[in-house]
Amino acid sequence: MSSNPGPAPAQALPLLERLGLRSASGVGTAGWGHTGLAFVVSFIYFFPVLWIILTAFKTYEDALAVPAKFFFAPTLDNFAQVFNRSYSAGAAAQDTGFTLYFFNSLFISGVSVLLALAIGTLAAFGFSRYPLKGNDTYLFMILSTRMLPAIVVIIPIFIMFRVTGLAGTYAGIIALYTVFNLPFAIWMMKSFFDELSLDVEDAARIDGSSDARVFLKICLPQVWPGLAATAVFGLILTWNEFLFALLLSGVGTRTVPVAMSQTIGGDIGVRWGLLAAIETLFLIPVIIVTFALQNQLLRGVTFGTIKR
Amino acid sequence: MTTADVPVPARILQRFATPRWSNWPAALAIFLAGLPLSIAIFPPILSFWISAALAALLAVTLIVNAWGRHIGGLLVTPALTLLFLMNVFPLLWSFGLSFFAYRANRAKAPAWVGLDNYTKVLSDPDVWDRLHNTVIMVVMTVSLQMVVGFLLALLFSKQFPLRRYLLILVLTPMMLSFVAVGAFFRYYYDPTFGLLSQAVRAFTGEPFVLMKTVWGARAGIVFADAWMWSPFVMLLVLAGLVSVPKYLYEAAAIDRVSAWRQFSAITFPYIRGLLLLALLFRTIEAFKLFDLVFLLTNGGPGTATETIALRVYRVAFENNKTSESTALAYILLFTVIVLTNLYLYFASQRAKEV
Repeated sequence: MSSNPGPAPAQALPLLERLGLRSASGVGTAGWGHTGLAFVVSFIYFFPVLWIILTAFKTYEDALAVPAKFFFAPTLDNFAQVFNRSYSAGAAAQDTGFTLYFFNSLFISGVSVLLALAIGTLAAFGFSRYPLKGNDTYLFMILSTRMLPAIVVIIPIFIMFRVTGLAGTYAGIIALYTVFNLPFAIWMMKSFFDELSLDVEDAARIDGSSDARVFLKICLPQVWPGLAATAVFGLILTWNEFLFALLLSGVGTRTVPVAMSQTIGGDIGVRWGLLAAIETLFLIPVIIVTFALQNQLLRGVTFGTIKR
Repeated sequence: MTTADVPVPARILQRFATPRWSNWPAALAIFLAGLPLSIAIFPPILSFWISAALAALLAVTLIVNAWGRHIGGLLVTPALTLLFLMNVFPLLWSFGLSFFAYRANRAKAPAWVGLDNYTKVLSDPDVWDRLHNTVIMVVMTVSLQMVVGFLLALLFSKQFPLRRYLLILVLTPMMLSFVAVGAFFRYYYDPTFGLLSQAVRAFTGEPFVLMKTVWGARAGIVFADAWMWSPFVMLLVLAGLVSVPKYLYEAAAIDRVSAWRQFSAITFPYIRGLLLLALLFRTIEAFKLFDLVFLLTNGGPGTATETIALRVYRVAFENNKTSESTALAYILLFTVIVLTNLYLYFASQRAKEV
């Protein structure tokens, strides 16, 4: 763990120490038995994901083999068929629409996370540097909107979107996801702004910098890790979201989770290899992000419970 | 003539009549006059966009007016406005709707029925049955998550090679979508080809059908949910375990304290607060359990695994009893609000301690 190259971002460090991910922390060293057990348990825990990825490379017969096959000749057919396949034996191959669904998922989560980040960062800066009357009340109300059951909010929003013609449009679902990510963005970014030292800002103000300049040139560059953490976590949340997308996206704006849920009971009910291929393609971005940005993720996951 | 010489009413009138971007009283007047007018004259969609344009005009004048003077307010307003429009306003709307008889698929206007929806929902034995299902599954899944999460945390509380990468492997389920997990577990629970059935058949010789019995289906859902969320509990407990100062254990070793006593007197006080937070957070989330049930069993067999959230969905979007579903939703919301307040109370207590 000590082989971490280069200096870690200052904000990420204390949390890692709290989880004992740095050798400086006071956790003891495990013996051989303990280490072995940890390896076995981790492998078992990850096994369901691994098995799906393996299944995606199996032929139709291999996926249905009893007993299950651990060693087989891998094939890429399933991945090709996700996007293009024939629905009945002998019929010509058709476009399945999954290209569009993957684009929709990427586009909708990308835009909504960017919007939430912009609006949320401004608000967080306001809450952190220019406290209003009842600042904490606002912040707690914002946090509690995150706990709301989606099913309660979705009924009126469904009616609202139908009346205004926003149902099934990109604008509607993007606006909804922006708000969905906003409480988290505000709280995360506020905790990062709170950690910054005020000395530099005060010095800049004395030298005549405007508020906007202080924000853009001094504060924003220092909270890059926070922006990354918020973006990553928001992207995963939005990418995975199902209920809002199920009810409010139209045929043209359908996202992958919705399309995937519809294929489960549909024409490919027992074509496990194909289903696994869809899932694998859907998981790849999440797994890459999880591994590449672990530090940021840990902070996002434990947000609101572990201080800093 | 300077402004001081003009009489006060005339000055107000003059200010009101000036077409300037900072003239918010005029914009407010236009907004208040235009809103009912556009609703009265135009069809709903058009009047909505006209009202939105008027509101935007009002917002612009208010912003120009506050520019440079109320920076804090200006910075947080966009966020608060969006949250109000998409969270608070819909909630108020559905609260109002719960006192009317309204079906979203009929053109009939809502009719006032008072508390009828609530009495109907509360006296419906089906609702109590679904609540019962939900509570059973919440208790099962949360206790399983707490135990597994705690054990995982103990496992990861020591240093060993590759610890960080194994930790990420264990955390992966939490990053997956409910849809993907639902699809996985349908495959694993499949009576013929599923791994679970195959494993059982190796011992009994019979295919194993998990999802056809009441408790089997519940166990299937609970197992998948606990697999996903135990790592969350693990993270919180781990943070507590790591925060225990090493010298306390060293002192305990010198005094030859028993392992149990060491745990209850040293370790537990450090993780108590975090355990409570994890428990409450997971309970809140488990009460909202929808996606996984929807995909794994869709409430079956019969209605044995239909949670209260799934029931709200069914009543609202399959039976189209919109206002009845909002009453039901408010009962769910009430439970979650009580739990959330408890959670926020303990979270802020903890924030003060640390």
